Amino acid sequence: MLATVVSSSAVVLVGAVFLATSVEMVEALTIVVAVGHTRGWRSALEGTAAALGVLAVLVAAFGPALVHVPLNVLRLVVGGVLLIFGLQWLRKAVLRASGFKALHDEDAIYTATVRELEALETSPQRDHVAFVMAFKGVFLEGLEVVIAVLTLGASAHRLGLAVVVSLVAIVVVGTAGVIVARQLSAVPENAMKLGVGIMLVSFGTFWSGEGLRIRWPGSDTMLLGFVALYAIVGWILIASLRARREREVAA
Amino acid sequence: MIAARLLRAVAAFGRFWWDFLIGDTPEIFVVIVLALVVVGWLSLGAHAALAAGIVLPIVAVGALVHSLLRATRSR
Repeated sequence: MLATVVSSSAVVLVGAVFLATSVEMVEALTIVVAVGHTRGWRSALEGTAAALGVLAVLVAAFGPALVHVPLNVLRLVVGGVLLIFGLQWLRKAVLRASGFKALHDEDAIYTATVRELEALETSPQRDHVAFVMAFKGVFLEGLEVVIAVLTLGASAHRLGLAVVVSLVAIVVVGTAGVIVARQLSAVPENAMKLGVGIMLVSFGTFWSGEGLRIRWPGSDTMLLGFVALYAIVGWILIASLRARREREVAA
Repeated sequence: MIAARLLRAVAAFGRFWWDFLIGDTPEIFVVIVLALVVVGWLSLGAHAALAAGIVLPIVAVGALVHSLLRATRSR
């Protein structure tokens, strides 16, 4: 029984960290591939490596510090942040899935980035523009991953597992990016974003409740109940907003 | 010089968290913070803990529905 409970909460943690990292890394990879193809790979990869290095330092600096924060306080603050952050993701994913917001188009981002870079002069030596573009793309997308990994990992007392899963996701997305190159638009990004939103809101509800000393029925298994609840709510909202959108378009 | 840099860094840090937590959905931030305060108060009583636990997911769903209606109403 205990093994089942532990593994069910670990499965949700692994799923949330893997999907969150993958979604953000697809966005970062689109920029890096556009920079590499247009300005050359050396500076693009240097910018990417520098950003990953800074992100690793952030995890190393703040990760161990978070472990020393009292668990109830940590879970209340992290739960609140995850609830807000997760609801923002869920809202965006529902709006996109129902047609009220355009889907995230990696092809359009790629084309816009290439056009912007081609308009700038190239340097025969080190290409600072390519370095900065790749660094910014990876760092800004990666920062959200760092927050997700630190908050989810520290609150679950499984920071090591969260970091390893995130690294695996970076390697998987990176390898896929090298293989498919410009086919990143084929990734079902919005479905992944919807999944991450559901898991973040579930963790947020669960941990903020625990931080406020609420004893959930069924303990850790309640987390799966929240995942089911928010998945059903998300599905109902998408279906009703999509129907409304179709009525508006038809009118 | 150092003070100006420090000030810029603090401003950038504040801007990041403002965009991250509030951004274009201040209603979600306000509703969740208020809900946590209310649930915290409710959970002080031993018998109110379960009720508080029911309030939290209901408020989260309510905040999502309200924010979606706000986003789609103006279109």
